Amino acid sequence: MRYLWWRLSVFVVIAVWPFHWARQAWLLALGPDPGKVLLNRLGLGVLVLLLVTLAMTPLQRSTAWPGWFLIRRQLGLWCLAYALLHLAAYLVFVLGLDWSQLGVELRDRPYIIVGALALLGLLVLAVTSNRYSQKRLGKKWKQLHRLVYGVVGLGLLHFLWVVRSDLKEWAIYACVAVILLLLRVPAVARRIPRFSGGKRVSATKV
Amino acid sequence: MLIKFPKASDCLESQVTPESLYLSRRALLGSSAAALALAGLPDWAAAADASLYPDAEPSKAPTWLARQLSHAKWQAMTVQGEAITPFKDATHYNNFYEFGTEKSDPGDNAGALQTEPWSVVVDGEVGKPGRYALEDFMKPYQLEERIYRLRCVEAWSMVIPWIGFPISALLKQVEPTSKAKYIRFETLQDAKTMPGVRSSFALINWPYVEGLRLDEAMNPLAILAVGMYGRELANQNGAPLRLVVPWKYGFKSVKSIVRISLVAEQPKTTWQDLAPSEYGFYANVNPKVDHPRWTQARERRLPSGLFSPNVRDTLMFNGYVEEVASLYSGMDLRKNY
Repeated sequence: MRYLWWRLSVFVVIAVWPFHWARQAWLLALGPDPGKVLLNRLGLGVLVLLLVTLAMTPLQRSTAWPGWFLIRRQLGLWCLAYALLHLAAYLVFVLGLDWSQLGVELRDRPYIIVGALALLGLLVLAVTSNRYSQKRLGKKWKQLHRLVYGVVGLGLLHFLWVVRSDLKEWAIYACVAVILLLLRVPAVARRIPRFSGGKRVSATKV
Repeated sequence: MLIKFPKASDCLESQVTPESLYLSRRALLGSSAAALALAGLPDWAAAADASLYPDAEPSKAPTWLARQLSHAKWQAMTVQGEAITPFKDATHYNNFYEFGTEKSDPGDNAGALQTEPWSVVVDGEVGKPGRYALEDFMKPYQLEERIYRLRCVEAWSMVIPWIGFPISALLKQVEPTSKAKYIRFETLQDAKTMPGVRSSFALINWPYVEGLRLDEAMNPLAILAVGMYGRELANQNGAPLRLVVPWKYGFKSVKSIVRISLVAEQPKTTWQDLAPSEYGFYANVNPKVDHPRWTQARERRLPSGLFSPNVRDTLMFNGYVEEVASLYSGMDLRKNY
C-alpha cells in the first residue's frame, strides 16, 4: 500500500481524540457536566474534520503531492464516525435515552432537524464511498459527492443556532468554510499557485 | 489524607469522592498556605462556619463582611434531601458572559475583577437615592444563609448555600415612591478586566441589566447575596453583590451589581433584548414551557457523571410553588414566559 505510514498516522491522530476525551471525563477533568463537554467537542470535531477534508483538493492542486488524496476518503469516513459519536452523546447525555422526547425534538427544534439532515447526508456519502459505488455511479458519483458542500452548510447552521451570544468562534469556522468553497469556483481554482514544478496530477484521480 | 484510585470495575467510586482527584498538588499547597495566613487572624475574621463546607477554598473576607458573618443566621433556609453542589463545581462551571462564554472562562478570568473598593448607586423612584460604599450599603442588614436550588435556562442545576439578605429589607431602607413599579439591576461594565465586554463579536449590549416586578422583589425568597459556602462570593459567582431569585432561571440573578434603580416602567432586560422569543421578562422556571431550542421538562443536576447522568424532572417554580405561585395568579405563563 502506498504511503502506508502516512495513512496510518492520520488514522491514529484522529482516532486518539475520543479516547483522550473519555479518559479526561473518567478522571473528572471535564468538570461537573462531562457529557455536555463531550457532546460539544465531538460536534466541533465533525466540523473540523469536514473542513480538513475539504482542504485536500486545494492542497493537492497546489502541491501536486499524491498523499492528500490518499487520505480523503478516510477523512470523510471519520467525519461520519465523529458525527455518530456526537449523536450518541446527545441521545445519552441530553435526552437520557428518552425516545419519545427524540420525536418531539425532531419535530420542534430546527437545529436538531438541520443536524439530522447533515448526518443523513454524511451517511449517504459514506455508503457510496467504496470503489464499487464509484464504478456503478460513474459520472454521477462526483455530482453526488458534491453533497458534502451542503453538509458543511447545514453543519454551520446547526452550530449557529446553538450559539447564544458570541459569534467569534462560529465566525472563524464559517470563514474557513467560505474560503475552502471559494477555492472550488473554477475561476479561482485555476489561479491556485502551484508550488511544485513537477508534473500535474489529475484532480479527479481518486 | 487518603487518596483513592478508582479501579476499572467500580465506576461509582468517582461519584463518591470527586474532590480527592480534583485536588492538585498546587491547590493543596495553596490551601495550606492560606490556612497558615488565616491562623494569624482574629477569630471573627475567619469564615464563621468554615467547617460546614470543608471543600470550599479558604479565603479572606473583607473586614466588614467577616464582622457581619460572625452573627449571621446560619441555615435560615435549607432544601430537603438534596446534596449541596461541590464548591469546586459551583465556582468552575459558570455563566458570566462578561468574562467569556465558556463555562470555565469566569473561573479563569474573573480574578482580575477589583471588588474593593466597591460602590452601589441607588436611584430612580426612591426617597433616599445615593452612591454608597458597599460596607455602608450593607450595614443595616442581618445576613442569613439560604440554601437554594439554582436552575439554569440551559437545563442544568445546582444547590448553593448563599449568604445574603432579603430585598424587602433594602426596599424598606431606600423608601420607594408610589411611582415605583419595578426594580432594575445593573452589572459592572469594565472593559479593562472583562474580556467579554471587549469582544467585538458579542451580541450582548453591555451593561447586563435585569429586573423584577416590585412584588416579586418583596417576596421573602428574593435576596441580595454577598457570600456562599460560609465565605464571601467568589468573583466568578458575582462578587461582591449579586441577586438570587431561586424560582427563576439563573440569568435573572444578575451578578456584580453596581446600580439598583426603582422604576415605573418594566425595564428592558439583557436576554429579552437579545432574543425576545427565547427569554422573557419573567423567566420563571416552568417545566411545561419549553425554550424554543430545547425542552425545559428535565434538568441535569451537576455534577452529572459520564456513566451515571444525574437527570431529573424540573419542578414548577423550581420547587418554590408554595412561596411564589400567588404572585402569578391569573397570568398566562405561556405568554408571560
